[in-house]
Amino acid sequence: MPEVVPDNDVLVSFRGVQKSYDGESLIVKHLDLDIQKGEFLTLLGPSGSGKTTCLMMLAGFETPTHGEIRLNGALLNHVPPHKRNIGMVFQNYALFPHMTVGENLAYPLKIRNFSKSDVDAKVLHALSMVKLEKLAHRYPAQLSGGQQQRVALARALVFSPQLVLMDEPLGALDKQLREHMQMEIKHIHDSLGVTVVYVTHDQGEALTMSNRVAVFKDGIIQQIDSAYTLYEAPSNSFVASFIGENNTLEGEVLSLQDGFCHVKLGDGVGLKAKAVCADKAGARTTMSIRPERVRLNGASEQCANRFTGKLQEFIYFGDHVRLRMEVAGNAGFIVKVPVSELDGSWSVGDSIALGWNPEDIRALDPLHP
Amino acid sequence: MLPNYASPVEKLWYWTFRLLCVLVLVFLMSPLLAIIPLSFSADSFLVYPIKSFSWRWYAEFFGNGEWMHSLKNSFIVAPAATVLATVLGTLAAVGLTSANFPGKSLLMPVLISPMVVPVVIVGVGAYLFFSPLGLTNNYLGLILVHAALGVPFVVITVSATLSGFNTSLIKASASLGASPLLTFRKVVLPLIAPGVVSGALFAFTTSFDEVVVTLFLAGPEQVTLPRQMFSGIKENISPAIAAAAAVLILFSTALLLTLEWLRGRSERIRTAKA
Repeated sequence: MPEVVPDNDVLVSFRGVQKSYDGESLIVKHLDLDIQKGEFLTLLGPSGSGKTTCLMMLAGFETPTHGEIRLNGALLNHVPPHKRNIGMVFQNYALFPHMTVGENLAYPLKIRNFSKSDVDAKVLHALSMVKLEKLAHRYPAQLSGGQQQRVALARALVFSPQLVLMDEPLGALDKQLREHMQMEIKHIHDSLGVTVVYVTHDQGEALTMSNRVAVFKDGIIQQIDSAYTLYEAPSNSFVASFIGENNTLEGEVLSLQDGFCHVKLGDGVGLKAKAVCADKAGARTTMSIRPERVRLNGASEQCANRFTGKLQEFIYFGDHVRLRMEVAGNAGFIVKVPVSELDGSWSVGDSIALGWNPEDIRALDPLHP
Repeated sequence: MLPNYASPVEKLWYWTFRLLCVLVLVFLMSPLLAIIPLSFSADSFLVYPIKSFSWRWYAEFFGNGEWMHSLKNSFIVAPAATVLATVLGTLAAVGLTSANFPGKSLLMPVLISPMVVPVVIVGVGAYLFFSPLGLTNNYLGLILVHAALGVPFVVITVSATLSGFNTSLIKASASLGASPLLTFRKVVLPLIAPGVVSGALFAFTTSFDEVVVTLFLAGPEQVTLPRQMFSGIKENISPAIAAAAAVLILFSTALLLTLEWLRGRSERIRTAKA
């Protein structure tokens, strides 16, 4: 085993971690991951992608089949959960129903033998952080879902752990409350400087809250980057389709030049795209372009890639309208148009000129090889 | 209440159903209703009709050394057996629900078997097994077998409570720094307490009115109240038995009501809405 060089900025490191429940199929295939101090890292992926298993291994409720996990350079593999000093917020809150809110928060402090006055002060401080000072004497059953969620958050933070894990904590809340709580958790993270590892399958949540997002699929991190990079520069077809909306076009690479490639579509039309995964002429590729990068009519005239789309459907979203069009054989091609730029003369069945710049369309690995 | 559109058949069934319920309750309660009035009879025999009322059989019960001795024995054996059965049964139930191992499905029937096997067989078996060990004619042997008879009730009630237990509470407790033992004491035990208490209550009553095993194992020193009643019926049918029965019934009812009240109160605290 090579000597691990202590890195002062790294709080948690996974090295070669694998996890199998049945000894045959690996739910986590190979995980190398460094989590920086003070970072808000989100593990994002569809269910069964291994993200929750990674969190549970970090918390100590699952043991890695292979590989090692370190916290502050110290090996965690043989440390039981209750000695890891890691806060955790559970999906169903997991508040102790027989204790009041105050008692729930005092629980980790009493275990750590804080004096009574310290316990009271810390409980009050944690409750004020989530704006629930007045509810210390209530039982969890007497609180709303949102309030219970805040108590769970306060309880995970009250003993000042360096690291807090959150396992889809907002899953049970309605949309408006969830968005509000996202901001609240983000602000608490900013003010405390605590390191957060957050698991979700909601990409919106991941994009708005995180410093970095790790996208999981089939037990492997597909890409780990800032929200901006993930959205604007996905490194493969899965990430492009999982994060945000994207239009795909299938084709064959003809030639490569200066980071761009010429691609022939199924119907013989050629276009120029940014070569990301496409590495040799003759390879199949799936190209991805975001709906808001497509220009229409006059705006499309300076674009290098120009097409004609047949308008199939208007989908009204209040602030913008989505046009579903048939472009180069793809009948589900979506173009986002702000309501103010909508041309009143368009109607279903019209042919509309459209286009995009080569740097906005990314040639990735083939989605259907 | 019946809706306005109820048909005559529905109305008929509505009242028949209620009548049937009353009849079932009467059937269940009738032995008690028959014996309690007799304990107040002035007559020397257990017969109806009651000619005049008196407290003489209660005086006989509380004044008689044999009755008091057996009552004392019951209050030694039953609580001791209850504590033993509750501790062992709770641990067994917790272990069986939290762990997964081969042969687990066979272990549950083994633990429940004292409840299924005829008590006479338990009595004979215990006698044959205990007498070479010197465990007959003393309290310890009696307590051990009564505990074994009580364990199945505790295992069943605690397992039932645990089946609805939210296991993420155990994880939450661990993540907050509590050792497994502390988690059991502070989180698991308080939450499964209703099941533990019900099981303990069943174990107590099992021991408190057990007579067959006692016949085999108890010497003259260990005669319990039911054993004393049993010999009382054989030798002379004195209405003091009715008084003893009334006392037993009163005690059991009071115990049951107290525990139900305690359980209901803790339940209300936890589930109360603002």
